[in-house]
Amino acid sequence: MANIAAGTVRDVAGDNRSGLTKFMQRKSTIAFLMALPLLVLIFSLVAYPAGYAVYLAMLNKGMTRFVGFANFTFLFSRETFWMVVWQSCLFAITAVMFKAIIGFIVAHFVHNIPSKGQRKWRGMLLVPWVIPPAMSTLSWLWLFDPSYSAFNWLLQPLGIGPIPWIGETGWARFSVILVNVWIGAPFFMIMYLAALKSVPEQLYEAAAIDGATWWQRIWFVTLPMMRNIIAITALFSTIVTFANFDIVRVLTKGDPLNTTHVFATWAFRIGIEGNDIPLGATVSLFMVPILAVAAVFILRDITKRGSEV
Amino acid sequence: MTDTAIRAGAAGPKYGSMSRDRRWALRWSYFFLVLFAIFFLTPPIYMFITSLKTSAEISAEINPWWVFNPTLGNYIELLTQDTFLRFFRNSAIVSILVVTITMAISVVAAFALARMKFWGSATLATGVFLTYLIPETLLFIPLFKMFAWVNETLGIQLMNNWWTMIILYPTLTVPFCTWIMIGYFASIPKELDEAALIDGATWTQTLTKIFIPVALPGIIAATIFAFTVSWAQFLYPLAFTTSTSELVLPVGIVTTLIKGDVFNWGQIMAGALLGAAPPLIIYAFLMDYYIAGLTAGATKG
Repeated sequence: MANIAAGTVRDVAGDNRSGLTKFMQRKSTIAFLMALPLLVLIFSLVAYPAGYAVYLAMLNKGMTRFVGFANFTFLFSRETFWMVVWQSCLFAITAVMFKAIIGFIVAHFVHNIPSKGQRKWRGMLLVPWVIPPAMSTLSWLWLFDPSYSAFNWLLQPLGIGPIPWIGETGWARFSVILVNVWIGAPFFMIMYLAALKSVPEQLYEAAAIDGATWWQRIWFVTLPMMRNIIAITALFSTIVTFANFDIVRVLTKGDPLNTTHVFATWAFRIGIEGNDIPLGATVSLFMVPILAVAAVFILRDITKRGSEV
Repeated sequence: MTDTAIRAGAAGPKYGSMSRDRRWALRWSYFFLVLFAIFFLTPPIYMFITSLKTSAEISAEINPWWVFNPTLGNYIELLTQDTFLRFFRNSAIVSILVVTITMAISVVAAFALARMKFWGSATLATGVFLTYLIPETLLFIPLFKMFAWVNETLGIQLMNNWWTMIILYPTLTVPFCTWIMIGYFASIPKELDEAALIDGATWTQTLTKIFIPVALPGIIAATIFAFTVSWAQFLYPLAFTTSTSELVLPVGIVTTLIKGDVFNWGQIMAGALLGAAPPLIIYAFLMDYYIAGLTAGATKG
């Protein structure tokens, strides 16, 4: 960039008086200046911290000495770390899968009913996505309360429970996934509904004439037509779910015994609350590989579509 | 057209069974929609129910799904409390300023990237999108250290100040808003701005007189997105603010209202509902724009 800018300055320098003015009036210069605030923001508060995290991860706890990969090897030797890896993957994969399935089913039901009522249902079903996650997780926390759980009150007459929703490892893992599915499924529903609307009606008519069952219609018409949206929504959601913080932080804080921690909450526990910034940075860096893979696929998808248009 | 073809081709009873199938499919759809609506709406409704209860009723062994003695006491208590109003004020100022900054930066940058091609503008557009994919959970620890460094060298205390959020939140909103604005601007026919340029309009005039009015639905969608993101953000304020006077609403409610054993779930739920109210109200009135903003990220570009 600087080279080109310098070049243009030299080119127009012949006319000394208005050289700078002309340069400032060039289309590319104006455009660059218009994008400058964006560039400054991205470089100073996103790109630089991201790179800085890698450097931080190689310092000792007091941040006085360069220790190379010692933080990484230290983590590898800790049992809690592997539990967090396992829990993060379990959390992200299960939650994204259920969000996709529930979103797909609900989108179909909404699509099935007369279009007059669709708006109303869609509006109602998107509410979990609109409420700030920290706030809605609070209501789940109260629904899961150890001694006053409203769910347990309902289950009690059936002879079930009391269920330790957030008190026992298995149930607590189930609960954080449930809340995540609850918040995220409406997003899938909206995306799939938009995709369903774009499938040409003639395809279904043709399939009906050929005697296709409803299952064959979904498998051979709907799914292939929606493949793109399904993939991109699932990838987006994988990134967001994998990096999730709010739900686990509010619902369990990683308890019982650190078994519900995901990378983000554990990094917070170690880095901010435990005052070990380098180790916290190291933990959060373990999110990068999966995020990078998802990002590459999304990008490929988007550029592919861009060239098609 | 095709419909009549099917009817003509099919035998009488076949047609009847098709319409019966259709009717049953519709019934099942409604049945399952009701079930899902119950699942999706139970927590907010229960939030509302609890917010109307007294602590005595909450701790009593009676049906928790019903309010026997409804009271607005929880709301009144919260809204007359200085700390809660302070959270609300902090959140409101932060969100409004962040929305303003976001839209100023992203609309101008999107215009430059979509229309005034310059060296590296295509790469930059992709870069903006990539930035959107970097989660805040990856950045809060290095930012924490950077803020400490800023304090040591420049003497500016960024830690434990509510206005620090005004600097931080745009990193979450600007990339996505720029991205969807690029999409909206790219869909505007080239003839429009070419005509304006031939008529002697400057770039600024082209932007303010043509692009912003034409892409207004996109701008509204991006504004709503920026507002909901900054209103709901939880990690940054939790990591960077600690004093009660500096907290924003979500963190304030989670950290100050939950006081261990004290029984104030009615108040917590009232606070959470008040915290959820602004996005919900915006959603209720501008649902179509809200949904347009949601789907734009993946369907445009």
